[in-house]
Amino acid sequence: MAVNTVSNPTSRVDRLYAWFDPPGRRWTAYALVLAFLVTGPLYMSNYAMVIMTNALLYVVLALGLNTVVGYAGLLDLGYAAFFAVGAYTTGILTQEFGVNFWLTIPFAVVAATCAGIIIGGPTLRLRSDYLAIVTLGFGEIVRIAARNLEITGRASGLSGIPNPSLFGWEISGPTAFYYVFAILAVIACVSSVRLLHSRLGRAWLYVRHDEDAAEAMGIDRVKVKLAAYITGAIYGSIGGVFFAVNLGSISPPSFSFQQSVLILMAVILGGMGKIPGVIVGAFIVILGPELLRDIGSLRLLVFAVILLLIMLFRPSGIWPSRRS
Amino acid sequence: MRTPEERTTTMSFTDIFLQQLINGLVLGSFYALVALGYTMIFGVIKLLNFAHGDVYMVGAFVGFGALSLVAGTFGAGWAGIFVAMVISMIVVGFLGVIIEQAAYRPMLNAPRLSILITALAVSLVLENSALALTDGQITAFNTDLGFNGIELGNLYVSYTQVVLVVASFILMIALELFVSRTMYGKAMRAISIDKDMCRLMGINVQRVIAVTFFVGSALAAAAGTMAGVQYGRIWYFMGFLIGLKAFTAAVIGGIGSITGAMLGGLILGLLESFATQIPGIGGEWKDVFTFGVLILVLVLKPTGLLGKSEVERM
Repeated sequence: MAVNTVSNPTSRVDRLYAWFDPPGRRWTAYALVLAFLVTGPLYMSNYAMVIMTNALLYVVLALGLNTVVGYAGLLDLGYAAFFAVGAYTTGILTQEFGVNFWLTIPFAVVAATCAGIIIGGPTLRLRSDYLAIVTLGFGEIVRIAARNLEITGRASGLSGIPNPSLFGWEISGPTAFYYVFAILAVIACVSSVRLLHSRLGRAWLYVRHDEDAAEAMGIDRVKVKLAAYITGAIYGSIGGVFFAVNLGSISPPSFSFQQSVLILMAVILGGMGKIPGVIVGAFIVILGPELLRDIGSLRLLVFAVILLLIMLFRPSGIWPSRRS
Repeated sequence: MRTPEERTTTMSFTDIFLQQLINGLVLGSFYALVALGYTMIFGVIKLLNFAHGDVYMVGAFVGFGALSLVAGTFGAGWAGIFVAMVISMIVVGFLGVIIEQAAYRPMLNAPRLSILITALAVSLVLENSALALTDGQITAFNTDLGFNGIELGNLYVSYTQVVLVVASFILMIALELFVSRTMYGKAMRAISIDKDMCRLMGINVQRVIAVTFFVGSALAAAAGTMAGVQYGRIWYFMGFLIGLKAFTAAVIGGIGSITGAMLGGLILGLLESFATQIPGIGGEWKDVFTFGVLILVLVLKPTGLLGKSEVERM
């Protein structure tokens, strides 16, 4: 059945997006966003900066999940597991073994790659609904393991993860971490764009659109899907590494199913496969509940209703990809 | 009467086996009832209804509310519980229809992942509504049933357990008859094969989908009320884990297959009960065990135990 994923090409919102099409306007928009990011700390309170840091972390995570869900079309409901792998790798290595923070990043990447292969290898041949439930089960297994193992600090988690230092300068405080995450988010964006336009990126889109045709053209779909899975895992893991040093302590509730759902919401709400859309989605899922803080305990309810309305009025997300 | 602890210490291997068999049957019939809703809804609209666990939770609360209302007339014994369960099934059945009409129907032609997010949003709405209404407190589900039961040697079976298992089986048989013998059941099976063709054949597809949601939600409500009676406490988050487990059960049985859902539910319930007896798998590790079994089943037999293999076209 042919499904029109572009809601209505002539709608006002879509015309607004189309306004950004000429390269001059696009680069101006990039420059403005970058300028806003750089000058942010000048006019933001500490509280606002902590929230912004969190939103930027979600940009990284959502872009990573977007590689899996948006590019390759694989539904992953346990993405927080990779986030946990990165966070715990750094936590354990810095705390138990006294490894320098920057040296833990390669370890986290390797750990995420292994986790991606372990879970992706046997399951990527399954149909997509089953893949969803397997990833969900995997996510729960990782969280429960973190809750019950000695080395991960059981339910109370790990605390006292030292601040990293760079060229003798210690990274601490909201402003420094804000910039760390801003740089991380920019790197994630650029690498995500480059991946999409690479040979692998085109293979992902091809597999998502028509697996059989892709295979007939000589694309090994299992290998390509596994590559998407591992790429997503690495993004999530690096997000986790910096999450761990930013907070200084990590515990299992940060890696629950709700966390996976929140990241997935950012991707689909914003518009799968569309980088600006995913970024908007990440900001909505973090800033939305914050802006609604005044109404107290009802804020998540109101947020859920708003989410429902957005999905009903823009089924393909706020800023969908025009390609399909 | 001896306390459960005393009983456990003097139990032989056979006793433990039988005791866990009974516990597993109770747990498994709850899983099966919830899994049926998952599988039916997946059959007709190919949606993994993530809100289903929360529908079960709402069923428990409506059942609790109904029991407090009818306790004056029917008492809080079996008669009252039965009336409360029927009320809960009807109310929650209509809630299911409302959810389908408001949230899922407009999304049926949208990309598949979008409707999934809608289901997650519905789940959040239900959960947070319950949270706001109960302040996040655990509500005690009090009945007049007491703890009477049959003591067979070292074995102990409460009447509540027996009645709940029997009631679950009656509901499952009723559902099986509904699906295999009635016009709506036939339409449901036809829609799960080819929705567009059914529409061309003059079947009112929308109405059949609505009926499916009614039946699926009513079964979840029945399970919710019974779980309240059995475990004595209900809270806003109780649907989450059982939603996952029932989903697992549906997949183990082969999603889309009614008999598979029942079988999957019972197997999962029994596996979990027996797993608690294996050293090292107590407490939270039992969930790891459950999901491990799920992954194993899917890797070895991806269509589930009774599922039909089909070529997927997204």
